[in-house]
Amino acid sequence: MAQVTYLEAIRQALDEEMARDPSVVLIGEDIGVYGGAFKATEGLLARYGWERVIDTPISETAIVGAAVGMSYLGLRPVAEMQFMDFIVCCFNQIANYAAKSHYRWGAPVPIVVRGPSGGGVHGGPFHSANPEMYFVHTPGLKVVCPATPRDAKGLLKSAIRDNNPVLFFEHKFLYRRVKEELPSEDYSVPIGKAALRREGRNLTIASYGAMLHTCLDAAGELEKEGVEAEVIDLRTLLPLDREMILASVRKTNKLLVVHEDTRTGGIAGEIAAVVCEEAFGDLDGPVVRVTSLDTPVPYSPPLEERFLPNAARIADAARRLAHY
Amino acid sequence: MAVDVIMPQMGESIFEGTVTKWLKKPGDKIERDEPLFEISTDKVDAEIPSPAAGVLKEIKVAEGQTVPIQTVVAVIDAAGSAAAAVSPAPAPAPARAEAPTAPAAPAAKAEAKPAPAPVAPRPAAPAAATAGVRGDGHGRRIHSSPLVRRLARENSIDLETLTGTGAGGRISKKDILAAIASGGSVAARPGVPGTAGAQAGGPLENAVPRERIYFGSYEVQPMTAMRQKIAEHMVASKRVSPHVYSIEEADMTRIAQLRARAKDEFEKRNAVKLTFMPFFLRACVQALRAFPTVNASADGPNVVLHREINLGIAVALDGGLIVPVVRNADEKNFLGLQRAINDFAERARSKKLKPEEVQESTFSITNPGTYGGLMGLPVINQPNVAILGIGAIQKRPIVIDDAIAIRSMVYLTLSYDHRVVDGAIAHQFMGKIKAALEGWNEEIL
Repeated sequence: MAQVTYLEAIRQALDEEMARDPSVVLIGEDIGVYGGAFKATEGLLARYGWERVIDTPISETAIVGAAVGMSYLGLRPVAEMQFMDFIVCCFNQIANYAAKSHYRWGAPVPIVVRGPSGGGVHGGPFHSANPEMYFVHTPGLKVVCPATPRDAKGLLKSAIRDNNPVLFFEHKFLYRRVKEELPSEDYSVPIGKAALRREGRNLTIASYGAMLHTCLDAAGELEKEGVEAEVIDLRTLLPLDREMILASVRKTNKLLVVHEDTRTGGIAGEIAAVVCEEAFGDLDGPVVRVTSLDTPVPYSPPLEERFLPNAARIADAARRLAHY
Repeated sequence: MAVDVIMPQMGESIFEGTVTKWLKKPGDKIERDEPLFEISTDKVDAEIPSPAAGVLKEIKVAEGQTVPIQTVVAVIDAAGSAAAAVSPAPAPAPARAEAPTAPAAPAAKAEAKPAPAPVAPRPAAPAAATAGVRGDGHGRRIHSSPLVRRLARENSIDLETLTGTGAGGRISKKDILAAIASGGSVAARPGVPGTAGAQAGGPLENAVPRERIYFGSYEVQPMTAMRQKIAEHMVASKRVSPHVYSIEEADMTRIAQLRARAKDEFEKRNAVKLTFMPFFLRACVQALRAFPTVNASADGPNVVLHREINLGIAVALDGGLIVPVVRNADEKNFLGLQRAINDFAERARSKKLKPEEVQESTFSITNPGTYGGLMGLPVINQPNVAILGIGAIQKRPIVIDDAIAIRSMVYLTLSYDHRVVDGAIAHQFMGKIKAALEGWNEEIL
């Protein structure tokens, strides 16, 4: 069977959900005629028409505001941010309306806001951010960060079928770099469940998005030295799969959290707190973080390389923790 | 001025001690009472504080060496002149310098599985790093982790007996698992009196077949070593000693009033809290003197009447209990009893009791009232023949001279071994305790 890219998996999810459910509509900048800046919606205008694939002016606030309104009238809009950096433009629409609507007015907002996030592609400070944590702090939202084509498709389907707002952070570095065979039948991947990507007994590495692959590379290196790292793919940051993290820490007794998001206020801090509260007596070492630096994402390639975690830095931290 | 540091005597029958670690180097400044070195004796391991402030001038006994008590092990220049000539420390004895022992897999398991591949060794950290961690001027700190401390607690292992192989000499998961597997490092820590640590103890039997125990949803928690010892001890006590129970109540109003009056002054003067316990201990002493068969042990066809009155006091711990012994309680005054009780309770909870402090009780007291129990029927703490349970002190309506009065009352229970003690004695014994409490006439300040 054909290998499917992460990007194509997303396109398939949109296509299949639109075919399955006529209330699913797409709204965003250049998603119709142009097929999306990264071609995630290519061919969908021709197939579903301009009423269901809506090109908008350049206003993220308008896109999400319109999506919230459409959802009140029974539609299931999937809004695209051309780059997830610009999701902060519609912060008010998401944090004040989408997140609170069900709670305050009993009016669920079944929207998805999706788009490319992350660096490693020399996109500079406005086209490389990982803005997920602004929203992880907001009750009422779900925050999903898939790392594989299979999860990208399965989680996007779950997100579209969810009756509450889901923010879907794709990783643009993975769009055309990771491929795998996908099930031919309709499937979905549940939101809120992490995945065990590699078993080990010396320490646990938890990560998500593009960094998952970097962590798996590091784990491969560590294995040659006799350090067996267990690798968890968080997949969803909100709600966090605490059970899987805690179960793994209870087994390995050490935890390293890796994320591409900047350090301060990153999900690693939250995970460290959960582990300290719930499994303190199982820790045989400090919870350690490997993250990007606390700066905007640099445009300069050497600086960006220094900014992002890489397999060597992850392996080094894991080694020190394993021998702690 | 030079001050000699001597090997202290760490117990009645202890005549020598081994220096296990120096926490200071010659030339280091030291404060009075700051930990200076660690010793190990037959019964206990301890940290010895410096007798004076100044500069450590000379170490005379190397790590690993065993010397008689009163031997001068170091000299401190109390003048504190940093320029004082410093003699180098003698080379450490080889015994202590051994590499950390690898976990010896139990023979029976050896074939089952290859030993787990050890984590690849890091380039050896400079040995000095270890010394640096410990000799940081704040006394010895054992570096471990929450996991290691939990496992040590659950398996009654004294971390001070382990050698760490983690970063900077830290005791790691690997080290503690090795110690548990080898079983050799189980500390000579106080267990429950009467069950020596070395005693293997038969497996605890079940009252019903195992298949009737596991059903539905459950979690299995292994008993800690302490829990197992308690379990074995309780089963043995119930099996051997036919328990009979007597219940009495005593009017504590007079003592409660006395205590309320004297409390602040007592605490101010003695820097120790005034509780009800010394009143009860005092009353027990009087009753035990009057009825020596209650202050006894049974040995086959013989009754051993103890001349000493050593009172075991049950102290609840997380997940267990321990019974430190107030020795020669009849020779202590009121304040002395209160101090001994507080000291034991505190050290029991911080696990600082010495082995000899939980042995040789002749009678025991337990206090279910602490947790609100109206009364309790305790199991005899062997090799005693009786144990007193003290309930909660509560105000109750009581009939006195055909009038109803509000009095502070307490239920007292005695569990006793009918092999040795009969009901007539037990009730007279309890009457004596009751009379001593109700007619309290002793100065406590």
